Amino acid sequence: MAGFLDVVILVLMSVTAFSILRSRNLFGVVILSGIFSLLAASFYVLLAAVDVAFTEASVGAGISTLLMLATLAITHQKKEKQHINNPIMPIIVVLVTGAALVYGTLDMPLYGDINAPSNQYLIQRFIEQSGAEIGIPNIVTSILASYRGYDTLGETFVIFTAAIGVLTLLGRGRTGNKAEVKQISSLETDGEKE
Amino acid sequence: MKHFSVLRVISKLMIPVILLFALYVQFHGDFGPGGGFQAGVIFASAFILYALIFGVHYARKVIPSSATRILLSFGVILYTAVGIAGIIFGGNFLDYNVLGQNNIAGQHIGILLVELGVGITVAATMITVFFVFAGQES
Repeated sequence: MAGFLDVVILVLMSVTAFSILRSRNLFGVVILSGIFSLLAASFYVLLAAVDVAFTEASVGAGISTLLMLATLAITHQKKEKQHINNPIMPIIVVLVTGAALVYGTLDMPLYGDINAPSNQYLIQRFIEQSGAEIGIPNIVTSILASYRGYDTLGETFVIFTAAIGVLTLLGRGRTGNKAEVKQISSLETDGEKE
Repeated sequence: MKHFSVLRVISKLMIPVILLFALYVQFHGDFGPGGGFQAGVIFASAFILYALIFGVHYARKVIPSSATRILLSFGVILYTAVGIAGIIFGGNFLDYNVLGQNNIAGQHIGILLVELGVGITVAATMITVFFVFAGQES
């Protein structure tokens, strides 16, 4: 049954991917990429990676779709511009990259293989010891927040930096209150004088 | 979209549930799937839904830009402060063992605070990014 569901979801994902390729309507493409993310999230559930599925569903299918729609609304772009005259070069690049990726998967261990390097070293220690050391049932959380706390701190800073970047590029202005806008524009003119 | 009464009523019904679910995901992350990152995104989506239905202008009255900016930094500061607290109580940076009476209690306190920091920063980031995008004059 699980195998059948795997096939159904993967087929739906390929169909969605090809529809994204074929479509020239950008609104449709954004919605389709949201559907693709939702299918990916369902697939992660089948792979028993519920934490990843949760993130994919909320970020991939939810927020990023919304942000792409907001971007479309700002840029007034409805249709993709067609400017590729000669498709041979892109096709060669895609085929070579695809072949390299397939070649790469040949060496990969099978899914769930106990002898795979990723299932061998630290992960066994985490599974055996995290109950005694951290004492919470969700091992994913204990790895993310405690064993790999330094990484998660870095990720939080990445998200923080993203917000700062967006604020610097697009922010303050029109949604903020008028005083702030005036302040900024006066700062800019001061800068020009210098 | 204010004049679509179905959307307005349903979103008003859904927003408290979404916020509650976000808090559940935040504080239940130790026991089930979820954690600060997912909770932050879900929490932000409630505000984004409000902004979509009632407009960014009214959503900004609910959570002004000054508040999101403070929360944005507060989450990161909370996370770092937990790390530095580890040093102050005699451990390493981000060593939660020394925060509680025993190792397990310390780990629980550390993970709770750290996840809270992640959640606050992620929620504030998503709200900020969406409001800034949607607030552009198109």
